Amino acid sequence: MQPKPLTIDEIAAIVRDKFGDVISDPVKTPTAEFFTITDLEYLQAVMYFLREDDRLKFNYLYCLSGVDNADGTLSVVYHLESLGIHGHRLEVKAHCTVEKPEIPSVSEIWRTADWHEREAYDLLGIKFIGHNDLRRILCPEDWEGHPLRKDYKVAEYYHGIRVPY
Amino acid sequence: MGLLDAKFEKGGVVISKVEDLLNWSRLSSMWPMSFGLACCAIEMMATNASNYDLERFGIFPRSSPRQSDVMIVAGTVTFKMAERVKRLYEQMTEPRYVLSMGSCANCGGPYWEHGYHVVKGVDRIIPVDVYVPGCPPRPEALIGGLMKIQELIREEEFGGKREDAKKRLAAKSAPAEEVIMMQHPYLAGSAGQAKKEKEVEEAETAA
Repeated sequence: MQPKPLTIDEIAAIVRDKFGDVISDPVKTPTAEFFTITDLEYLQAVMYFLREDDRLKFNYLYCLSGVDNADGTLSVVYHLESLGIHGHRLEVKAHCTVEKPEIPSVSEIWRTADWHEREAYDLLGIKFIGHNDLRRILCPEDWEGHPLRKDYKVAEYYHGIRVPY
Repeated sequence: MGLLDAKFEKGGVVISKVEDLLNWSRLSSMWPMSFGLACCAIEMMATNASNYDLERFGIFPRSSPRQSDVMIVAGTVTFKMAERVKRLYEQMTEPRYVLSMGSCANCGGPYWEHGYHVVKGVDRIIPVDVYVPGCPPRPEALIGGLMKIQELIREEEFGGKREDAKKRLAAKSAPAEEVIMMQHPYLAGSAGQAKKEKEVEEAETAA
């Protein structure tokens, strides 16, 4: 297959062509270019399409991170690359609310997402629907709360050990 | 060893207290437990390796707490690890010594304020005998800390308390100010400053 790196506008157009209006317009900042998947019902389908379509072939999820936006919403950022095929990269975002922190899992599409989603669940409390082993990965299993939430309060004691300095 | 060899070569008899002999043999074979928690462990491994060669002090890491005398807490103690550290300490046979290596183990280090997961000092879970400051401490500093434990063992008595030995050790050590002043006499307030100014003046007039 001949390498054919695409711009984010072209990628967005391909996705729109296939699924209709399930993604936002591409946003371009000096540091990143991304689009947001607005309809979470289609998240897994879009991601699978990104991996499988011959023009896109995003075979590599090189990072998945969670974000607390401090305005009552949480985000997940997917960093994709077409490694060794087209060479293009892409950032995709998905949002959910703090009240209902649920986002479909992509761990079945990229195995990398398994541990990364567990990390986002552990530190931010984002529940990945469809993840088959959504346990804490860094904090102890009996840890209370999700430490990277903006409203997280450090516990006074953990197992009888004082936490604050 | 040189001193001991010389005494035997003279065909003589070495007279010592059993206590001193036991203390000497204990401090000459301090076996630390082989475990590290963070970047300090890299420095600890460097200290074990050929450049600094801890084995010349009879110190070499053991892989079981049952065979260890010393626990070097080398690195950041997280709450997840704290229970394991405590259990390993309890599995060590007495008498046992704990050396807290680096800022994290001493007081939480850079995580002291916002580190929700870091124990702010390993002395919150196990008693510590010697603290080695640094981030991470150089091998020389770690060796200094281990030699401090050797001094502590040398001070110990049969049936005596560790606390008393520590007090005797503290009484023997020189005050930090004196040591600093000895190395940097010009720091000793106005007197040193005046002396230095006088020296400069003399040098100028001589020229």
